[in-house]
Amino acid sequence: MFKLEPRAQASRAMSLLSPVIALLLTVLIGVLLFSALGKDPVRALQVFFVEPIRNGYALAELSIKAVPLVLIALGLAVCFRSNLWNIGAEGQFVLGALAAGWVAMQAGPQTSRAIVGAILAAGVLGGMAWAALVALLRDRFNANEILVSLMLVYVAEMLLSWLVYGPWKDPQGYNFPQTITFAATTKIPRLVEGWRMNLGVPIALAAVAGLWLFLFRTYRGFALQVGGLAPAAARYAGFSSRSALWTALLLSGGMAGLAGALEAAGPLGQLTPHVPAGYGFAAIIVAFVGRLHPVGIVFSAVLMSMFYIGGELAQSRPGLPKSLTGVFQGLLLFSLLACDTLIANRIRWSKKA
Amino acid sequence: MERAPETGEPLRLSLSGITKQYPAVRANDGVDLTVAPGQIHAVLGENGAGKSTLMKIIYGAVQPDAGEIRWNGQAVQIASPAQARQLGISMVYQHFSLFDTLTAAENVWLGLDKAMSLAQVTARIREVAGEYGLDVDPARPVHTLSVGERQRVEIVRALLTDPQLLILDEPTSVLTPQAVERLFLTLRRLASDGRSILYISHKLDEIRALCHHCTVLRGGRVTGEVDPTLQSNASLSRLMIGAEPPQLQHRPAQLGEVVLKVAGLDLPKADPFGTALEGIGFELRGGEILGVAGVSGNGQQELMAALSGEDGRAPAGSIRLFGADIARASPRRRRHLGLHFVPEERLGRGAVPTLSLAQNLLLTRTEGVGAAGWLRVGAIEAQAARLIERFKVKAGGPGSAAKSLSGGNLQKFIVGREIDAQPRLLIVSQPTWGVDVGAAAQIRAELLALRDAGCAVLVVSEELDELFEVCDRLVVIAQGRLSPPIATREATIERIGIWMSGLWDAPAADVGDVAAEA
Repeated sequence: MFKLEPRAQASRAMSLLSPVIALLLTVLIGVLLFSALGKDPVRALQVFFVEPIRNGYALAELSIKAVPLVLIALGLAVCFRSNLWNIGAEGQFVLGALAAGWVAMQAGPQTSRAIVGAILAAGVLGGMAWAALVALLRDRFNANEILVSLMLVYVAEMLLSWLVYGPWKDPQGYNFPQTITFAATTKIPRLVEGWRMNLGVPIALAAVAGLWLFLFRTYRGFALQVGGLAPAAARYAGFSSRSALWTALLLSGGMAGLAGALEAAGPLGQLTPHVPAGYGFAAIIVAFVGRLHPVGIVFSAVLMSMFYIGGELAQSRPGLPKSLTGVFQGLLLFSLLACDTLIANRIRWSKKA
Repeated sequence: MERAPETGEPLRLSLSGITKQYPAVRANDGVDLTVAPGQIHAVLGENGAGKSTLMKIIYGAVQPDAGEIRWNGQAVQIASPAQARQLGISMVYQHFSLFDTLTAAENVWLGLDKAMSLAQVTARIREVAGEYGLDVDPARPVHTLSVGERQRVEIVRALLTDPQLLILDEPTSVLTPQAVERLFLTLRRLASDGRSILYISHKLDEIRALCHHCTVLRGGRVTGEVDPTLQSNASLSRLMIGAEPPQLQHRPAQLGEVVLKVAGLDLPKADPFGTALEGIGFELRGGEILGVAGVSGNGQQELMAALSGEDGRAPAGSIRLFGADIARASPRRRRHLGLHFVPEERLGRGAVPTLSLAQNLLLTRTEGVGAAGWLRVGAIEAQAARLIERFKVKAGGPGSAAKSLSGGNLQKFIVGREIDAQPRLLIVSQPTWGVDVGAAAQIRAELLALRDAGCAVLVVSEELDELFEVCDRLVVIAQGRLSPPIATREATIERIGIWMSGLWDAPAADVGDVAAEA
């Protein structure tokens, strides 16, 4: 018999070890599951854990998926740490893409590369504006931010559809719902010739460092988190909950908008109804798997991207089921939650039944 | 079979060798306890001595690691509170578990087996209440009842199951001295019916007045089995803490200028079950300690929030610090002007449970915040380490999470954090709630030292003994109104007790009965 006992203080070692144990458990259960189903477990694992990182090109593709996840999850981590439940990053991402796309469409033959800066700035502002709606309604009318931010996702998608089916539709596009292809000068600069990896990677890494400093080395970041951990203590200290609301929502909206701009002017190169690809929702999982910690978020975003790419690869392999991605994601989350119990608790063995 | 020495009846309850190990602490270590029928048996001990764990074991809420429980002579395993109630064990908790919006009868009904109808329950309440002199109107909603009345509802609820053993956990902490007298009458009546009572307390006077027998716990072990009526406070205290409490040095006050002036402070309720403040006014000078006495829930929390700035709705000009109007200033602004505050809730308000002591320092201290809001982590940790050293806080270090500290040590840290800021006005709410005797004495001595240094100190406490020990003057808060001040040396427990019912204007002769109603 064993039982769980609460630890007096959360274990630091366990909080680092728990994701590793969770990953090992995921692999182990995965192997057992596939063997039981008569599938080749090695091949399935290869698709998820080897092929997405097998060479430089694969890694560059991985970065295309990981960058928006990192950016959005960083912003969400600040929100969640402040006890603000912004689950509408997808909508803020779309608005960022729309604003960035509008700037990109203004580019003519003479436009300089400096427009990329304006595109990214527009994306940030677009995302912020969408999040500001949430903050305003919460501040003014005490409207629940979970509902408002989620509902605004659908409004954003409608807005995108209206624009690409209507005013922004490419006249030479054979009536497809899409904008013109953005001018080459508006493209986010790539880092290596021939690979799609772009400026988003250093931006995301800078954001990781910046957010880490903000959360753990500034008074403001500290005040935000106190508001999330213990609202009564924040009132006692005199930290303004309104300022926390606006800071956290504008920051996370801006980050989601930035991700939208990088996506629109990067791999997409035009706006279509398929801009929202689910990054905004996946980033919620990324943020929590990364423990709302900037560095943890990098690892969880890479892992999540591997699952995405692995899932796409699996579909092109005979004998591997499509639902593989879901199985692995579910296994990982499940084992991580289970292992996290050990951070605040320890196992004690007792002879008594 | 074991039998009670006096009567030869089988013992109602007998525990032997009860041991319970928690991760960090052995809460009970080979505890023996015997209760005879009709006995009022005190369990005395400091906070953390293991009283609560022992009661939870008897009530089936916690399982012991070792030891035997015998109930009326039979060995039993009490697996759950439901089983305890079936055996005839009832418990009245320190914190009441009543629904404010329901009537007394509905609350009692909720806790019973559903065999009886509400009308039957109401009739039974009247019957039981009449039998034991417990004045309870079953039809009244709980939020209209005074704290004493709520406790009577809890006791009636416990009695409806016809218990042979009634456990009361610190029952008097919320009562006026007069209401305590009434409670004791009821308990003596219950005992004379042959019901046994386990009375848990750390108040020595009460135990000596009420109980037939007393088991003293310290650090999870039994340190004494005595007849409390034959003991002095000093001898009981020695058994409880291993030493007599240190005497405080009370020097004559050196009054300074007026630090805090409150006048015409009206504040409507912020929530439906709060208390509205009406015309609060008092003055506090440097170099004195003013105590605010009162039964909990009479506006103390609201007054504290208005003074600390957590509730910024006070009318302009009603609170002045050194003449400056701070009624609407933020807590940070007030702190900047020299007003520091220690709230009664340590975890979640005075400190963030999951953050380290160093980080918790930042709630009220900004010495470690550099230009542009950058945190100087090294300086903050050093500052926290100095506080831990100066105020003798038992903690792993500046990196320990606030929740890993015992109540007394965390309170020493929080009080130390505010004292170390060299405040000009310190407001402390319940300075020694749930704090062991040693730490409480240290905190009181720190408050007196601060007063001697010329600081103005305002102490809100429900422990009258504490207020009488440290304060120069007392005021009483009742139903959101404040009594005129009275010098501590002119005040008596009886008088303050009557004032606690809000009767400071009435002539002293005919208020005794009314006070007992509260």
